Amino acid sequence: MENTNEMTMLFDSRPVNEALARVAVAAFCTQLNPTLEEVADIKTAVSEAVTNCIIHGYEGGIHKIQLSCRLRGEEVQVDIKDSGVGIQDVKKAMEPLYTTRPDRERSGMGFTFMEAFMDEVSVESEPGRGTTVHMKKVIRR
Amino acid sequence: MKPEFETQGTALTVRLPAELDHPVSDEIRRETDRIMGHIYIRSMIFDFSGTTFMDSSGIGLLMGRYRALGMRKGCVSATGVSRHIEKLLRLSGITRFIETGRVDMTGKQEGDNYGKYQ
Repeated sequence: MENTNEMTMLFDSRPVNEALARVAVAAFCTQLNPTLEEVADIKTAVSEAVTNCIIHGYEGGIHKIQLSCRLRGEEVQVDIKDSGVGIQDVKKAMEPLYTTRPDRERSGMGFTFMEAFMDEVSVESEPGRGTTVHMKKVIRR
Repeated sequence: MKPEFETQGTALTVRLPAELDHPVSDEIRRETDRIMGHIYIRSMIFDFSGTTFMDSSGIGLLMGRYRALGMRKGCVSATGVSRHIEKLLRLSGITRFIETGRVDMTGKQEGDNYGKYQ
C-alpha cells in the first residue's frame, strides 16, 4: 500500500507564525527520512510562501492562512493559501528580483527560491480573491 | 538567541541568530538604522556562524544594508556561512556585491574585512 499522510493547519497571518509553519512542515516530512539539506530547502520554500501571504496577500493585516501538507509515497506536497489581494500578473511576480515592495527591502527572490528548492511550484491567483501556492518535492531514498 | 551588535571604529558586526527570517530581518534593519543614526558606520560584517536557517528576507536585509552604506566595494561582508546559507547567497546573485567567507575567522581569508573585528 502506498504510504500516505495528510495534515492541515490554519493560522493567523502574523510574522511570528512563519517559523511555526516551516517547522511544522519540516517535522511532518521527517517520516520520509529527508537529509538535513532537503529539510532546509523545504523550510526555506515554506517560509517564502507564508511570508508572501503576510506581506503581499494580506498587506500586514491579520487574517487566516491555510497550510496543507500531504505525503504521497516519496513525494511531499505543500499548499499554502490566503484569501488576500491576489496577484495581477503571476508570471511577472515569479521573475527573479521583481518585487512590489522595494520600500520594505524585499529582495524579489521569494518565488525563485521556492522554484530552486522544490521540484514543482505552481500558483493559482485571482485578484481580490486570494492566492494558493502548490509545491512538490520528491524525497528519494 | 537574539542578534548581537558590536561596533569597532566605523565597522559594525552583527552576530545573527539561528534563524534569519522576515521578523528577525526587520528587527536587525531597525537596529542597524538606529546605530547608523548615532555612529558613523562605513562597513558591516554579518556573522552567520550561529545561523542555520535563512530565506529571501535575509537577502533583502543584506542588499538593503549594502545600499544604505553607499554600495562601496567591501562595505558589507558575510562570515561563517554554512553550505545552505552559501547556496542562498549564490543563487540570489548577491555574492557579486558582498564578500562571503566560511567559518574560519583567523584573518587568513582574502578580503579586506575578515578577521578585523576579533
